[in-house]
Amino acid sequence: MNPFAAIGRAVLSLLAEIGRLALFTGRSLKALASPPFYLRLTLQQFVRIGYLSVPVVGLTALSTGAVLALQIYLGGNRYGAEAIVPQIVVLGITRELGPVIAGLMVAGRVAAAIAAEIGTMRVTEQIDALTTLSTNPVKYLVVPRLVAAVISMPILTAAGDSIGVFGGYLVATQNLGFTGSVYLKNTVDFATSADINSGLIKAAVFGFIVALMGCYNGFNSRGGAQGVGAATTNAVVSSCILILATDFVLTALLFHTA
Amino acid sequence: MTAKIKLIGVKKRFGSKVVLDGVDLAIEPHTSLVIIGGSGTGKSVTIKSILGIITPDEGQVLIDGEDVTHLKGADRDPLMKKFGMLFQGGALFDSLPVWENVAFGLIQGRGMARGRARDIAIAKLAKVGLGEDVAFLSPSELSGGMQKRVGLARAIAADPEIIFFDEPTTGLDPIMADVINNLIASTVKDVGATALSITHDMASARKISDHIAMLYGGKIIWQGPTDQIDNSGNEFVDQFIHGRAEGPIKMAVKA
Ligand SMILES: Nc1ncnc2c1ncn2[C@@H]1O[C@H](COP(=O)(O)OP(=O)(O)OP(=O)(O)O)[C@@H](O)[C@H]1O
Ligand SMILES: [Mg+2]
Repeated sequence: MNPFAAIGRAVLSLLAEIGRLALFTGRSLKALASPPFYLRLTLQQFVRIGYLSVPVVGLTALSTGAVLALQIYLGGNRYGAEAIVPQIVVLGITRELGPVIAGLMVAGRVAAAIAAEIGTMRVTEQIDALTTLSTNPVKYLVVPRLVAAVISMPILTAAGDSIGVFGGYLVATQNLGFTGSVYLKNTVDFATSADINSGLIKAAVFGFIVALMGCYNGFNSRGGAQGVGAATTNAVVSSCILILATDFVLTALLFHTA
Repeated sequence: MTAKIKLIGVKKRFGSKVVLDGVDLAIEPHTSLVIIGGSGTGKSVTIKSILGIITPDEGQVLIDGEDVTHLKGADRDPLMKKFGMLFQGGALFDSLPVWENVAFGLIQGRGMARGRARDIAIAKLAKVGLGEDVAFLSPSELSGGMQKRVGLARAIAADPEIIFFDEPTTGLDPIMADVINNLIASTVKDVGATALSITHDMASARKISDHIAMLYGGKIIWQGPTDQIDNSGNEFVDQFIHGRAEGPIKMAVKA
């Protein structure tokens, strides 16, 4: 076994995969720009992707905000800086943790569901059947999911941000001896719209990633149940990795620090 | 007269496995051709190559004399409207009720109003022996034979010019199989469609076809009028239509 050949093969197959993903993205964006538009399907996807994700995103945001307040308090305590809890909580949640945690949760819920559904349609020839019925499968299946995810994610994140800040507020006022009105005033005075907007922009990008990876892996699934299972796993893993990677890039771009 | 469907030297391989090795076939308008051949010889692949679901590696597919082998995307839309297809596995949309499956091409492909499309769907379901009660069930609630018939109703719903039936009678009881045979024969005779079917059921093949072609080793090894099938003079064809284990066609099984 020649190690150079093995490395070469791995690199080539990775490049081929990136190429295929780029082509798929291009096809999806092209389909997005031209009719027909499937309004009914898009609304259905709003419910599945957005509305039904509210409980998980809300719960994880609540606990993240709470634990963040506790940790900052304990850490800040070492320098006598524990009063900074509300400012750091709102900054951390809106800029970073709100969108990332919502993105990862939605990746687990939605990318998996999309990949499993479209993957099953692929292996049972339902996608081929769509083309024989004069329907473009990318327009019919991918575009509604992309649109719904890109619009839902910022809304979910905005809700998650508020719930996260509320989680911090609960812990701070109940356990750490903060006064409620002071905590809220510090929060509101400190947070800028740039903090919040940067998080919402990230959320929209993460929504795009989740829907795209779900659709891409579903479309390319092969074989039977096993192939669909592999597609589902790949969809979740790849969207999580891409979310974390683009998060860094977006942070650098949005705050011009890199 | 130009052939409705014409295949010239169509080749397709998957990896190192050659499935189609130069298929030549012509189907005249308003006629019905049946492809016979052993399991795994590439009958379904042949139909999918005509539909453009699979792109041949070599050769040409002509529809109404026009080369459509590499037609893609929006350029293909007008062509797809000519086709109706019954998939071997049904390929019903499990997220939609039965009637919407049947009406799908009318609603999405042709922009027909849902109410009107539903009436047509119910009428087409009646033609394949399914009542209105079935129309509102989900495909997963149907038996295999019922799913096949829904697939058939979906294939003919938009009155296509060219219809492909991949094993239309497999999984049906003998009486229902005959009903479906009559339906296929009448869509060709009365509606004037051109049909290309695949079947293993020789009784059905004789009933629904004007011509029969046999696929073997990636090529069409015999083609002729249906009434000539018993005098084909081809030992492969003879072995196949009489279902004999002994003959020139060797099945890859270990004793
Ligand atoms: N998408 C595909 N990828 C890889 N191989 C394929 C694909 N589709 C078909 N094949 C292979 O091509 C060969 C022919 O398949 P095809 O489905 O056309 O057979 P068939 O003649 O319709 O058989 P049957 O009568 O059993 O339906 C098979 O060996 C199959 O494994
Ligand atoms: Mg087949």
